[in-house]
Amino acid sequence: MHFRPTVKQIISALLTLVMLTALLSACSKSSTESDPAASGPDVSSSVNPGQPLMGGDLVVALPTDIDDPLDPHATFSAETRQLLFNIFEGLVKPDTAGNFNGAVASSFEISEGGDVFTFKLRDGVKFHNGETVTAADVVYSITRVAGLETGEPLLDGIEVVDSVEATDEKTVAITLSSGNVEALALMTAAIIPEGSDPAQEPIGTGPFRFVSRSPQENVVIEKFADYWGTPAYVDSVTYNIIESAETQIMSLMSGAVDLVAHLTSAQVAELGEGFNVVEGTMNLVQAVYLNNAVEPFNKVEVRRALCYALDKQGVLDLLSDGKGTLLGSSVYPAFTRYFREDLISFYPHDVEKAKQLLAEAGYPEGFDMTISIPSNYTPHIDTATIVAEQLKEIGVNVSIDLIDWNSWVTEVYGGRNFQATLVGLDASTLTARKMLERFETNNSKNFINFSDAEYDEVFLEASTTTDSAQQVALYGRLQEILAEQAANLYIQDLCDFVVMQPDVAGYEFYPLYVMDMSKIYFTA
Amino acid sequence: MLYVLKKLGVFLLTLFVISILVFIAFQIIPGDEATNILGAEATPERLEALREQLGLNEPPVTRYFNWLAGFVTGDLGFSRSYNMPVSELLAGKLGITACLTALSFVMVILISFPVGLLLARFAHSVFDRVLMLINQLVMSLPPFFIGIIFTYIFGLVFKLFTPGKFVPLNEDPLRFWGYLIFPALAIALPKSAMVVKLFRGSMVSQFGEDYVRTAFSRGNSRRRVLMHHVVRNALIPVVTFLAFTLVDIVAGSIIIEQVFAIPGIGRLLLSSISGRDLAVVQTITMIIAAIVIAVNNLADLSYKYIDPRVKFR
Repeated sequence: MHFRPTVKQIISALLTLVMLTALLSACSKSSTESDPAASGPDVSSSVNPGQPLMGGDLVVALPTDIDDPLDPHATFSAETRQLLFNIFEGLVKPDTAGNFNGAVASSFEISEGGDVFTFKLRDGVKFHNGETVTAADVVYSITRVAGLETGEPLLDGIEVVDSVEATDEKTVAITLSSGNVEALALMTAAIIPEGSDPAQEPIGTGPFRFVSRSPQENVVIEKFADYWGTPAYVDSVTYNIIESAETQIMSLMSGAVDLVAHLTSAQVAELGEGFNVVEGTMNLVQAVYLNNAVEPFNKVEVRRALCYALDKQGVLDLLSDGKGTLLGSSVYPAFTRYFREDLISFYPHDVEKAKQLLAEAGYPEGFDMTISIPSNYTPHIDTATIVAEQLKEIGVNVSIDLIDWNSWVTEVYGGRNFQATLVGLDASTLTARKMLERFETNNSKNFINFSDAEYDEVFLEASTTTDSAQQVALYGRLQEILAEQAANLYIQDLCDFVVMQPDVAGYEFYPLYVMDMSKIYFTA
Repeated sequence: MLYVLKKLGVFLLTLFVISILVFIAFQIIPGDEATNILGAEATPERLEALREQLGLNEPPVTRYFNWLAGFVTGDLGFSRSYNMPVSELLAGKLGITACLTALSFVMVILISFPVGLLLARFAHSVFDRVLMLINQLVMSLPPFFIGIIFTYIFGLVFKLFTPGKFVPLNEDPLRFWGYLIFPALAIALPKSAMVVKLFRGSMVSQFGEDYVRTAFSRGNSRRRVLMHHVVRNALIPVVTFLAFTLVDIVAGSIIIEQVFAIPGIGRLLLSSISGRDLAVVQTITMIIAAIVIAVNNLADLSYKYIDPRVKFR
């Protein structure tokens, strides 16, 4: 009696095994698919012949929930920042080329020494509550964001603002503690009604006004009829929170969602034909950031050896069918004026040279290292897997340690308690300074503990000069030093795909992490 | 009476211990609410100021009892991330997850009982063997995988529902339940398979008992013996297992909510853990724990009705 089921059990166990293997192989096949013939979206399909229509309700998928206060002055989550871009505006506003144009201000003047910015307010700019923007609103907003009364600046870098005053009803003068031509980027700080608290009631001057937010469900914004500039095409935008990438893809297929941003080339290939696909870059510096203060990365030979051992193009080929932009230092190409393209090939792929450098540094047999990565960033984890494979060639054994985002912020970024980490760093404001200041020896954000006397000297010079041409040259030199010293293992600026339904068009890439919903339209 | 009081005491004690464990876990993992709100670029001074403001600098014991005092008086706390009271945050979501879990549980019973009975009736036949093999396959499928397959087949090919387009109950009750059918089924299928296996096994083993032989000797048909004598006796281990199944269903809904983009408490729990939103995590954990314990107690109570010989002490 007891022996009969055993036969059956063996059969069922075998069947289960067979099925599991089939399942597993099916899973791994889809995730590592890199057949260049089958994948790779056709970029030319982005040319959409349809005419723009006014109206319509756009549904956009967001990969993470908007779970922080909607305060544009104190927003730290990139996803919230990109959403608020549509609701709030500053005195100036960046365009797709990275230039700053007047928004709430119609024109501005910068004094000779670069320390006084005078803004002329645009006529008839209205807040979403119907009130007209006055100089008092601007003074309130700048005072709030710069923390002039509280002593606590809300935005990183805004502490350079010393005072703000309304010289007449339509003119506001902002004085800086020292001349800084790059400070114009800070004047994108949102203008809000005097006395208002955007965390309670987000009122701005942008092309869309805030309607509602349901946690873990959606955020809704609608077209602002009294917008001063070019009005938005669509009537409303609903941001649906869809965390799972698989669900995002299926929501596109089912038509539940009109637009999904930040997809990978493998995901675009999965979608197949029939969608409007545009390709851009993520605007960040993806690198293996090395803790320059710990063994063995305190030796420049070791860092250089890793750079020579890395085959960046090989990473891109495997990761994204060769798409993406290679980098050689800490500035990404959207900073057109500052980007040093020549540094990309500073360390050509050369395994022999890498081995030789390792031997000189006293590690002829290689060593073990750990790369810590926030677990919610799949592209970075995939990249690290490829990098680990490449570094094996010179005897460096990489183990990948996945940690949650908050732990990464506390332990790695804040606590500097790590050996190496693979992430992408971006700039919250459009200044090259934002990308480069962190490598100054005493900077609080210098989490890799980089220290170079010449770097500090040049950085000081770059931040005090008021001559733009000289500033470009000095920022160029800083990038060069980072490459020479092999501060980090620079990889790439990741490619970024935005997929829309065939009747949706108008998406434009900015050099910042934003989605400008006012330019998106349904086609006839 | 004493029995009920004893159970209630154990119930409260268990909740208390769980809340302490959750609190301790939050003390051990790196990062806190302040780092989540201010992000990676925050200066140490601003972090410190916010911690002071949020009361995170008080000793852990004080903070725990502050939370406990609020909780027992009905104040569930405040979610900083969403800038609203936890009770308000949970209000809409709890119902959705409850509907999903209940639907799934009903499906488990509706699927597993008839199938289990059928298999016991025809035990060791070819029909039984083939079905038990299929059963074994279904048992090993993870719910999220079934969920993805369902979305492709029923959502994209047969267009029975629109993947990614959840419909709130107050908007259209019919489409709300329609949207929940497939996620509920994705959770229910592997669980049903387990119950089928257990139920069938339990019944088949009863056939060796003396009372069954007696029943047969009185001239009863196999069907009658099964329905009138065996089922009742075979039910006790199944009811115990169903209680565990409910716990699994709640856990399964956390994953399935992500696959089907359903705004329930499962997704909220996950995001609140990464956001270090302790008040939200504590409340959801307490709710789930309370349900689990309550269901287990109900299962214990039901034994008495299934088998009158069971006595409570």
